[in-house]
Amino acid sequence: MPEHMIQLDKPRDWKSFFLQWEWLLVLIFILIHVMNSFLSPYYLNVNTFIRTPQTFLDKAFIVFPMTFIIILGSIDVSVGSTVALSSVIMAVSYNAGMPMGLAMVLCLAVSSLCGLFNGFLLARYHELSSAIVTISTMTIYRGFAYVILEDQAAGGFPGWFESFGWGSVGPVPVMSIAFIVCAGIFGMLLHRTTFGRCLYGMGHNHKACLYSGINIKKIKMIVSMLTGLMAGVTAIFLTSRMGSTRPNVATGYELEVIAMVVLGGVSTAGGKGKMIGPILAVFIVGYLSYGLGLINVSAQVLLIIIGGLLIASVLISNIRFSRKEQKKSSPALFGVEADEKT
Amino acid sequence: MLSRMRRMYQGAESFRELGLLGFIVLVSAGIQLRNPMFLTAGNINTLLVHASILSILVVGMLMVLLTRGIDLSIGSTIALSGMVCAMTVAANPGVPPILSLLQGIMIGLIIGTIIGLLVSRFNVLPIIASLGMMNIVRGLTYVVSGGRWVSAYQMPRPFLQIATGRILGVNHLIIIAVVIYLIAYYFLTYTRTGRQIYAVGSNPDAAEISGIPKKRVICLVYMIMGALAGLAGVLWVARFASAQGNTAMGYELNVIAAVVLGGVSLTGGSGKLSGVILGALLFGMLSNALPLIDVSPFWQQAIQGVVILTAVWINVVVKRRNEQQALLRREI
Repeated sequence: MPEHMIQLDKPRDWKSFFLQWEWLLVLIFILIHVMNSFLSPYYLNVNTFIRTPQTFLDKAFIVFPMTFIIILGSIDVSVGSTVALSSVIMAVSYNAGMPMGLAMVLCLAVSSLCGLFNGFLLARYHELSSAIVTISTMTIYRGFAYVILEDQAAGGFPGWFESFGWGSVGPVPVMSIAFIVCAGIFGMLLHRTTFGRCLYGMGHNHKACLYSGINIKKIKMIVSMLTGLMAGVTAIFLTSRMGSTRPNVATGYELEVIAMVVLGGVSTAGGKGKMIGPILAVFIVGYLSYGLGLINVSAQVLLIIIGGLLIASVLISNIRFSRKEQKKSSPALFGVEADEKT
Repeated sequence: MLSRMRRMYQGAESFRELGLLGFIVLVSAGIQLRNPMFLTAGNINTLLVHASILSILVVGMLMVLLTRGIDLSIGSTIALSGMVCAMTVAANPGVPPILSLLQGIMIGLIIGTIIGLLVSRFNVLPIIASLGMMNIVRGLTYVVSGGRWVSAYQMPRPFLQIATGRILGVNHLIIIAVVIYLIAYYFLTYTRTGRQIYAVGSNPDAAEISGIPKKRVICLVYMIMGALAGLAGVLWVARFASAQGNTAMGYELNVIAAVVLGGVSLTGGSGKLSGVILGALLFGMLSNALPLIDVSPFWQQAIQGVVILTAVWINVVVKRRNEQQALLRREI
């Protein structure tokens, strides 16, 4: 057993507690608010903190399961297309006479099925990389959305449906409440259950988990299905906020979601990260784009910024990681390290 | 028994090219029955010209996939290089076409180098590096052009002739594609670096231990991909005589589809240029033929996805069977 594995369980002193990635995120979060309040005199008021999250929280629901997926060391780029397909099917089935409640259930069912299909492929054919599987299903799901709705838009939802996107309980928007509830559930799932420990284990060492009797296939399928389900939730909130849907909605969501998760300190190598990081990152990215919107920065420049953010955060965490590795491995025996890698 | 097994094992390897060829014949016969316009000289020429840009890109993607990577940024690279070259040409009509081509290649090379460095030096996952760059470059395209288009009337004749001109009755695009194939064939089969690409893909650790500069090879692969995408960008704009912000959006998926159709394994290290050529031809043919047999354009994306998934799935199944047979052989 290498030394640093034992060190992890030791109680941390206050210095290393404050040197964590999450505190850096808090710092960035505050900095963004300071910057935004300089950019616009109307920025600092209560509405900014209570109502604004409505504009960016819809995609945040996918961040939770995406954190699971990246902790597993895999990736899912099909989420944007899943949102589009389930949203389109919901709208079309409502317009075909289905009651809205049932259409929403159908939306969640379709998105879960999309996720389950990804999970099935990944579990059944373990040699396939998650990148290629989800690239192809991304094309397929988006393609079906186009087949169903062609270049039309579908809408005309009942009035109460709008309250998902715009309604509020007292001063707090419905979307924020749903977000907090989901954050609680997924946080507990990751940090307080055996399932969560299995995720970390699989991210660290896939084979060891297999040999210690963890049902790897089942966990992969569950995580993929959760991703689909949350994409469905996003579809409901997004459609409700927009009032109608088109086959090209949610294009590029996968980029934003992955960028948020990675910015939240979840390592793409797998096995590392906490739920609180991505949650902070959701608000960082959200308020950043809100602030840039205030000074009329175009959507295309935002594209550049988010792409850059994704690469920069992976870059920083990789450099940090390799520094730590160097520190650790210098006194250790060469053979021990080699064993660990395999 | 032993020799029969070995024959079967070797058969499975060359089976793919034959199978693809047979499939191409079958599909074209089927389409011909539905629409007799398909196998006319004119349409075949259109088809080849159409497939040539795809087949240039496929060469680069083959190398990237050989090293277990992936590059999603090429659609955006095409757009940026095409846009910049078109704007240069529109501003100074005197620029000779060869300089435009070089300019496009340079732009692609820069983007490819950035991705290559990210992947090889900083261990960024290829999909994340290229997803990030895809958006950065796409955003840059809009910023550079200010959201405007460059249309046919702004482009001088010599520039447009890059794609429409002919030498001995053969379109320039086809000639460029063939030349790139010949170079790539020589490079991948007979040069040291070419073989190193295969070595790095089939076993990165073994390659590194045996002294192959793994990082440099991986970086090189993305640089080649970027350069080819830059070249394709100029050809694209010259062919369609218009440069827009959303040029070639999602085209990376066509390229990936053609490559996996050609039998390149996504687990790295195996894949042949001949298979990839056939894959590109087949894919080009499908996208040419679908409108001819009255398939709605809205079906195209779904069909494309199904093609990728099926090809990947077949690859895995064939590989599993091969491995099983290899194990059987060992038993005897």
